[in-house]
Amino acid sequence: MVALLAVLVLLPMYWLLVTSLRDDARAFTLEHYKHLFVDPAFVKPLVTTLWTSAAVGILCLAAAAPMAYLVARTDLPGKRFLRILILASFVTPPFLGAFAWVLLGGPNAGLVNQWWYALLGVKPFEAAPLINIFSAWGMVFVMALYTFPYVFTFVTNSLEMIPSELEEASAIFGARPVATAMNITLPLVMPALLAGFLVAFLQSMTLFGTPAILALPAGVDTMTTKIWSLFQFPPQPGLAAAASLPLLLITVALLRAQTAIMGRRGYSIVGGKSTGIRTVKLGWWKVPALALFAFVLGCSIVLPYGVLARTALVKNWSAPMAGNFSLEHWRFVFLEFSQTKVALANTFILGASAATAGTLLVVVIGYLSLRKLVWGHRYLAFLATAPVAIPGIVLAVGLFIAYTQPPFVLYGTLAIIFLAYLTKELPVGYQQVAASMKAVHPELEEASRIFGATRLRALFDITAPLIRNGVIATWILIFIGSIRELSATILLFTANTKTISVTMFDLRESNDWGPIAVLSLTMLAITFVMVAAVNYFTDRRKP
Amino acid sequence: MSKARRAVAALAAMVATGAVAQETTPAMVAAAEKEGKVVWYTSVDVKVAEGLAKVFREQYPKIQLDVERSGSERVFQRINQEYQANIKNVDVVNSSDASHFMFWKQQKWLAAHTPPDAQKFASQYRDPEGFYHVWRATLCVMGYNTNLVKDAEAPRGYADLLDPKWKGKLTKSHPSYSGTSLTGTFAITKALGWDYLDKLSKQGVQQLQSTTATPKSIASGERAVMVDGNEYNMFIEIDAKSPVKVIYASEGTPFVTSPTAIFSGAPHPNAARVLQNFLYTAKAQQLLVDAGGARSVHPDVKEPANRTPLKDIKLLPDDPAGMLPQIAEIKKKYTALFGN
Repeated sequence: MVALLAVLVLLPMYWLLVTSLRDDARAFTLEHYKHLFVDPAFVKPLVTTLWTSAAVGILCLAAAAPMAYLVARTDLPGKRFLRILILASFVTPPFLGAFAWVLLGGPNAGLVNQWWYALLGVKPFEAAPLINIFSAWGMVFVMALYTFPYVFTFVTNSLEMIPSELEEASAIFGARPVATAMNITLPLVMPALLAGFLVAFLQSMTLFGTPAILALPAGVDTMTTKIWSLFQFPPQPGLAAAASLPLLLITVALLRAQTAIMGRRGYSIVGGKSTGIRTVKLGWWKVPALALFAFVLGCSIVLPYGVLARTALVKNWSAPMAGNFSLEHWRFVFLEFSQTKVALANTFILGASAATAGTLLVVVIGYLSLRKLVWGHRYLAFLATAPVAIPGIVLAVGLFIAYTQPPFVLYGTLAIIFLAYLTKELPVGYQQVAASMKAVHPELEEASRIFGATRLRALFDITAPLIRNGVIATWILIFIGSIRELSATILLFTANTKTISVTMFDLRESNDWGPIAVLSLTMLAITFVMVAAVNYFTDRRKP
Repeated sequence: MSKARRAVAALAAMVATGAVAQETTPAMVAAAEKEGKVVWYTSVDVKVAEGLAKVFREQYPKIQLDVERSGSERVFQRINQEYQANIKNVDVVNSSDASHFMFWKQQKWLAAHTPPDAQKFASQYRDPEGFYHVWRATLCVMGYNTNLVKDAEAPRGYADLLDPKWKGKLTKSHPSYSGTSLTGTFAITKALGWDYLDKLSKQGVQQLQSTTATPKSIASGERAVMVDGNEYNMFIEIDAKSPVKVIYASEGTPFVTSPTAIFSGAPHPNAARVLQNFLYTAKAQQLLVDAGGARSVHPDVKEPANRTPLKDIKLLPDDPAGMLPQIAEIKKKYTALFGN
């Protein structure tokens, strides 16, 4: 198991490192690294990446932490509905949101700006736009819209697991709700906040689609777009490999910092149901609270989905609806466009196979490492979470080098993309499974074994039922993560192995927004059907 | 050697090098149908490509035509990446960077094949050894949105774009993506120098990728003036009643030839020849001109009346042989100024 993981994760990284230290004649060189730290063409994207990722992290905290508190601890109305919408923004592929925001926030033709100009009674170019989405800040805004659910989920889960007795005690001693939230709740969820910030930071740092769609037209490069451009013909894998090193180091450093903080403030998860969570009465605070949700969810779901639906149904996306209605884009995508069928099939095959293989793998890894059953269990956990530090595009460069030469020639097949997805989704899957496994204290299994059950019997009778929902959630997470994947696929696909995401990216380069909108809606429909199906399935099995 | 034998030998040499046209015979079609499929990498606008593909499928229902559309430079990159990895996927290729065909020919990756119609083309539009022919031509034009710019105020040439009033209103495609943009940008640097592009880069230009994208940008009103874009996309927009007009720059308009060729490693060699012959027929060429807005070098094709005839436009001819050694340098300098 350790060897399998090592090949999966370390082989591409080994080739990255080797390639970064080799010149064209395969001799040792430090030239790539020198280039990297001296040439402003590299220093600038690195700086951009760092500040924009930090900005996304902060924005996510600012929006998602209050949202999580409101959902978990107050009598906010419509919580169930709001949670569904947040789940929807979680499963919305970020590059899809970026497409939608081009149509909404393009400085002159974007619909939001058109409304703005109409409100001011001027024509485009006569006044400054409300939003210029083609900018570093535009990119930060859109990234945050689809990253905040991570922070929200971390904080909500943490709040729901922390019994509210401490907060009740604080209230009994006369503290006002705000004081209780600040003095009791905040310190308790601090690890979740930090973890959320970290995930948001890393997520933004490794995104490729959003910067390529929103920042490149403004001439702004991030590290991922820079690495991508290095891989254009003639490819410079050495330089690309070297350019990935800073990203890798930053991530490792941040992850270590997180472990240190979480370790100090660690708390045991209490099993079973709590006595019920006390809810804070919001009163008139409901108005600003709901306004916050309306703004965030309006920008991440309502407006983007609306503009995609509108674009899919009109001839010219920026013109008024009247006399503009057309099913032409649907006809084109489903009857004429030769890539649609292939891309849909590939996307589905890759998503399902990566999710199934990935889930099996992380369940085994999770069990072996948490129960410390095999030699090297520490390395297992490390290897399974290591890919979180590898941006998709960097992983792709590594995979490309590793699997275009014997003994494994996989380039041009779905297998290489499958490996990319599997590797990339390991950390998410592992964390999900490990979290549900950690919640099952080994004492439960030990009790069963004391009564004479074998380890396998204990596993099936005690642990398996308890982690079942976690495992199904893992499958969904990997599936959704795979069908939205763009940053690794962009380097690994060939004409026969295109996915929907790269097909849309190709269409974007020629500004074919109508077909993009049709494919976006198709992709969203598939995603939501999957989520709904699995929800239904898990509900029925509930006792 | 007798005269007759010499003639046969010469003929054999010509056939071997593909300089003699190969008609689409029933035997060729039968062999192509057995292959069942043909893969066409092209840089032409995706809807134009699929429109032609539809007519091809009607004519040869047993041959499945897969269109793989991307920018010329991206097509080039993909094929090179695939060939380096020994993946033989492409049958027929079309690129608007004519220098690509010189490179592929040097690499001995192309199969010689002369479509019957291509024999009628003027000699400058044919490779003497029959490896590639100019399938279409387009002009890399300027243009503007008529709702945002009054005709009298529209720029007349490249030099006008440096006026501060155009700041933030321009859009341009990218020579690292688009062969048309590369050819056009190279022609601009020859006519006006890099100094011009340096100044242009300070005008807040919206940097897009494809020369099929910039006409759509000004049609949507996202930008007012287009620095470079396909003339054929402008014609398509005008036919769709979009508020745009073409500008033929006073300095001259880059003329971009866009050949097609068959790869020697083509997995479907017969279907490739059937497709290649089809693409050059007067029927396909006329469709390319009428519905696709392109310029054709086929002598039997008629230009629609509402388009400015080529002879009335001041052209900057393309120079693939001169461009080939400079491509990397052009892309690098351009990216330093405008970003990726």
